[in-house]
Amino acid sequence: MAGPAAIGIPLESVTVARSVSIAVVGNPNSGKSTLFNRVTGLNQRTANYPGVTVEKRTGKLTLGSTVFDLIDLPGIYSLSPESTDERIVVDVLLGRVPGTPQPDAILAVVDSTRLYQGLFLLQQLAELGRPMVVALTMADDADERRIAIDCDALGAKLGGVPVCRVVATTGKGFSALRSRIAEAMERSNAESPLFWPALRHEAVALEKDIRGSDASLVDIERALVDDDPVGVEAIRRALGPEADRRIAAHRHSLCGDDPPLAVESRQRYRWIAEVLPQLQSTAAAPLRFKRRIVDWINRPYPATALFLLLMATVFQAVFAWATPMMDLIDAAAGGLGGWVQDALPAGALASFLADGVIAGVGSVVIFLPQILILFLFIILMEDTGYLARTAFLMDRAMRAVGLSGQSVVPLISGFACAVPSIMATRVIPNRRDRIATIMATPFMTCSARLPIYALLIAAFVPNLTVGLANVQGLVLFGLYLLGILGGIGTALLLRKSALRGPKPSFVLALPEFRMPNARTVLMKLLDRALVFLRRAGTVIFAVAVVVWALAYFPRAADIESQRLEAQAEIQTVLQGGALAAEIARIDNEAAAAQLAQSWLGRMGQGVEPLFRPLGWDWRVSAAVIAGFPAREVVVAVLGTIYAVGSEADETSLAERLTTATWPDGRIVFTLPMVLGLLLFYALCLQCAATLAVIKRETNTWRWPLFSWAYMTALGYVGALLIFQIGSV
Amino acid sequence: MTLADLKRGDRARIDAVDPVEPSVRRLMVLGLVEGAELECLGGSLGGDPMEMRIHGSALSLRRDDARRFSVTSTADTDE
Repeated sequence: MAGPAAIGIPLESVTVARSVSIAVVGNPNSGKSTLFNRVTGLNQRTANYPGVTVEKRTGKLTLGSTVFDLIDLPGIYSLSPESTDERIVVDVLLGRVPGTPQPDAILAVVDSTRLYQGLFLLQQLAELGRPMVVALTMADDADERRIAIDCDALGAKLGGVPVCRVVATTGKGFSALRSRIAEAMERSNAESPLFWPALRHEAVALEKDIRGSDASLVDIERALVDDDPVGVEAIRRALGPEADRRIAAHRHSLCGDDPPLAVESRQRYRWIAEVLPQLQSTAAAPLRFKRRIVDWINRPYPATALFLLLMATVFQAVFAWATPMMDLIDAAAGGLGGWVQDALPAGALASFLADGVIAGVGSVVIFLPQILILFLFIILMEDTGYLARTAFLMDRAMRAVGLSGQSVVPLISGFACAVPSIMATRVIPNRRDRIATIMATPFMTCSARLPIYALLIAAFVPNLTVGLANVQGLVLFGLYLLGILGGIGTALLLRKSALRGPKPSFVLALPEFRMPNARTVLMKLLDRALVFLRRAGTVIFAVAVVVWALAYFPRAADIESQRLEAQAEIQTVLQGGALAAEIARIDNEAAAAQLAQSWLGRMGQGVEPLFRPLGWDWRVSAAVIAGFPAREVVVAVLGTIYAVGSEADETSLAERLTTATWPDGRIVFTLPMVLGLLLFYALCLQCAATLAVIKRETNTWRWPLFSWAYMTALGYVGALLIFQIGSV
Repeated sequence: MTLADLKRGDRARIDAVDPVEPSVRRLMVLGLVEGAELECLGGSLGGDPMEMRIHGSALSLRRDDARRFSVTSTADTDE
């Protein structure tokens, strides 16, 4: 990029606004992100930290001539990281992340009603010796619960930092907060207080021996307490083989034989127990009606009933409420495609725009209604504090399969779409747990599987009622159950083999019930929808275009000329509706013939021998291949391949399928073949977007490849067994 | 007596913590250290995990972890 000097302006005449970076750090569920949104407004950017999947949210705040670059960090309770998210907070604060400058100042966010726990982090942040402003959020809740906090006394205890009470959801206290932020940069923290002086003492002693190394005192402190990799590495570089023994010696004089984190907790809470009574007074709050209700709902049985009710509502919403919108999008994409085909001369361009681009965009957008509804529910659950409650309720059941309560919501979200669900596994701190959950998620029956289920079940499963149950409904239910069992079984197997490890820990703060704030919910919803469109949308779209090209090229000129001849011929004998129908029939026949000799058709014929033991002919094989990058295209490909058109309604396609035969006249779609095909769809991972997101979230190709190969093998073997046994 | 023995509404003070498990140390970071007072808010289905309130905030812990905390009963709430 050309600087001012390079374009001929003398440097000294350019006044550059001063830019200051501020890290927003706070406890989980403290309203930190709401505060961040309110301070920066819509002026934010989301990116990723290099090499990890943690999202980096930055925003700007301009006060006078100073631009503050705020960076919203994941919620933490302490500087001892357990998850990748927590690790990144420590690394950003200590200036170790490439591309992210070490923050000049800290905006610490603590829930006023949880000051006891918040003070732990505040001590650690104050010891970093950077200018700091403390925002005590949920001031309204604190008032309601008659918790009074002496902000000046708190600021003084932390070494003279400004403390503001705010309500992030309403914006109360924000003008004061902004001026404190502006002032904080003017003051230098002459002397940062020490709350565990012995730790600093050991760190200083160790630093003397590694003089010249680039490790800071805090790096050394974290190395002593947490085996912090950067600190330990620096000490090893300086001391060589001596290093580990020296670290152990300093640690022993600091902690004796106790684990350092336990000693640190005792130290810091000893201080907290001493000062908290001076900072905070609590009057007996009247037991409000709302509180009684919440207390009652939180009891196990009402809470479980509420959970089941809520899940039923989510399902209802995802499947019933989204359908009209999805039909609308489908119709709009179809209509637009038809219009483009009519408006442009027939040929590759028209087909590319209509069947490639528009259909591709349509196949992305069609997921939005379900995704948005699902996200809305998850955000509401998060913001009311119910998400944590769900994890609490389901923990024991999930433990039986080697997971923890935190896996429940990602798994349930998998019924809509695996992509956001896999992204939602980030709340799981333990890597083994998280990967087991990620591997289980694609088994859940996502909404893209439904069209093919609906088509095949309606066409081939007898519509009988046995007792109270409808056989078609039972088959559909069975497929859902199969997905759940497949996922849970996989998680269990992995936890007993490749991901064997200690029982996942489960320590969870249970936030108070809170009314969600509309503005916050909408901002989060927008944020996640954009992330989905960027992550999954681009992949789905690219796949749609590739599948289109495979199915379109090469074109056979003789089929095209025969089509034109046949249509010219028919125009002389028929007219009106009969003519239009016949022309459409000829078009569809020609499209099917073109597809048969296209790359996709040839691939179908090429792999037919592989799939013949499953009872699939080349047409089914071609549709299955087309579905591997994105399973949602399968119904459209079947429509084209069976010459009823890609926009055909299900009934005409279903009729066509029932009459499809092998060259020797045997019926292709027998009941065992259909059941096998359904099972194949239930178990296979036919979704490039899911594979891409697994790659992103696990940071290796190993897991997506394993997942793909494993699920495809399961689907193949399952379909083979059903067909072979059923056809005997 | 350990934290795992508390019933809904019981209050207790922590006398000693056995910090062998990493999850126990996470609980210590959340303030479950010697001298802290807390109240049992009950349990999930089947009583595991348990829910505790400490200085106004609720948190969840598994029974296995709760056994690592020796406590003395202080007072019962009048519920």
